[in-house]
Amino acid sequence: MDTQELLERESFIELDARSRAKKLLDAGTFRELLDPFERVSSPWLARQGIVTQADDGTVVAKGEIDGQPAVVLGIDGGFQGGSMGEVSAAKIAGSLELAAEDNRNGIPTRAVILFETGGVRLQEANLGLAAIAEIHAAIVDLRRYQPVIGITAGPIGCYGGMSIAAALCTYLIATREARLGLNGPAVIEQEAGIAEFDSRDRPMIWSFTGGEQRYRTGLVDAYAGDDTGAIRAAMIERFRAGRPDACRSERVEEFLQRLSEVDAHAQPTPQQVAAIYAKEFLS
Amino acid sequence: MSTKELSKRGAVWLDALTSSAPLQPGFPPSVRVVDARLGEHDARFIAVVPDPDNPFVRARSGEVGLIEGWEIARAVRMVIDADEGRAVKRPIVAIVDVASQAYGRREEAYGIHQALAGAADAYASARLAGHPVIALIVGRAMSGAFLAHGYQANRLIALADPQVMIHAMGKESAARVTLRTVADLEAFTARVPPMAYDIDNYASLGLLWKLLHVSNADAPTGADQSTVERTLQAALDDILADPSRGLASRLGSPHRAASVKVRSKLREEWR
Repeated sequence: MDTQELLERESFIELDARSRAKKLLDAGTFRELLDPFERVSSPWLARQGIVTQADDGTVVAKGEIDGQPAVVLGIDGGFQGGSMGEVSAAKIAGSLELAAEDNRNGIPTRAVILFETGGVRLQEANLGLAAIAEIHAAIVDLRRYQPVIGITAGPIGCYGGMSIAAALCTYLIATREARLGLNGPAVIEQEAGIAEFDSRDRPMIWSFTGGEQRYRTGLVDAYAGDDTGAIRAAMIERFRAGRPDACRSERVEEFLQRLSEVDAHAQPTPQQVAAIYAKEFLS
Repeated sequence: MSTKELSKRGAVWLDALTSSAPLQPGFPPSVRVVDARLGEHDARFIAVVPDPDNPFVRARSGEVGLIEGWEIARAVRMVIDADEGRAVKRPIVAIVDVASQAYGRREEAYGIHQALAGAADAYASARLAGHPVIALIVGRAMSGAFLAHGYQANRLIALADPQVMIHAMGKESAARVTLRTVADLEAFTARVPPMAYDIDNYASLGLLWKLLHVSNADAPTGADQSTVERTLQAALDDILADPSRGLASRLGSPHRAASVKVRSKLREEWR
């Protein structure tokens, strides 16, 4: 991005979840479901002395994308780290289920998920985990009819069970600011020790899990600058491309082949990962 | 989790329920796949077991790692592919005793999230294709490992046993992430059912189809084995009688009232 582009672009990362959803939908089509005025918030946080948020940190926005019916599910990384509680996760799972039902009834509703999330909200632990399994189920179902597009822009990144959800999406778009990984740095350090993973070593963390490396290694499909227009364009391009021959999570033999080339005894460098993973998939 | 004795439960129950039928060849030692009868039906049983010699050192204690995730996916997809176009789809039974996902640098570097998605996708796709999928939880069912191996099943069955634990994160890490002491965390788990670590509180969430009492979960007696076999068959009949291939049967508990309310409001406003 040169200086002129930097001045002209509109940052996506700086937008809140609601504004992001509005910008991704076709102009004038945004309509929020279960908005904050309905006050469906977490039934579990208050009894632990934690302040709730009226939308539980997730925005459900219906409208159109590229002239076709769409729902954008925006996670607000600013509330409890974008974590999935019973309500926020049910908003996502329930919307995806309705979108799949639409498709079975001849309405081609498509979905976009904005991943800014640490995964399960530990204060609602098992209900968050169960609901994430329902999000997984709904993505795999809807993906049969329409592409499900995941976008992770930052600054929170995408972790835990929701990184699995992202990996189930038909297409994934990431920025340089984003991180995508199963286990958060602090948790790996806690479980495996600081020699295995130093949660304060930010360059190391980004070198393996940052958006640029994930794009280089084929674990995301599109790499965009922090520019709302560029992200929207990448999203529309992927919707127009439709379903690929196989989604990433269906490429079992190809990933096993790649892993067979890994020297499991040594800690890899990002370059070694790229050397094995950067190859094109067959077909 | 700290070092613990490696759990044998996955292997023991797999062996018991398949009458010691031979392992399918071609899988790594940590992923055991057995084809055996489930009542009148041919079925595939899959378990993840500890492998102290696993080349990936962070996946030696029964964790689901990179290889395990993709190999589970392969075991499930073999069945989907083989039964394509057939009217009757083979049941798949996931025997669940998974300590956690593998926590390590290699795992993140090579995309363990994608490997676990491969497994979850395979189970979900099997369910959508009409394969009855049952998860039998005989030990730990932790976090990402359970999402990859079991949580996509049509029906969840767990043994009522103190060593059976279903949770999103171990206590020490959960305390660290939520900025609480372990003692505080434990105090909350006593009065917030979804945070609890024991199976009875989990059962109150309505996610399990059955909670089964057995006399010895480590070394099942003949009676234990028959109890579980009968329940697996009943689960199979229940799935076959259910027109839905989704997970809606998990929404019945009062503790999931908000999950139901969100869905019904979304439907009202959907248009």
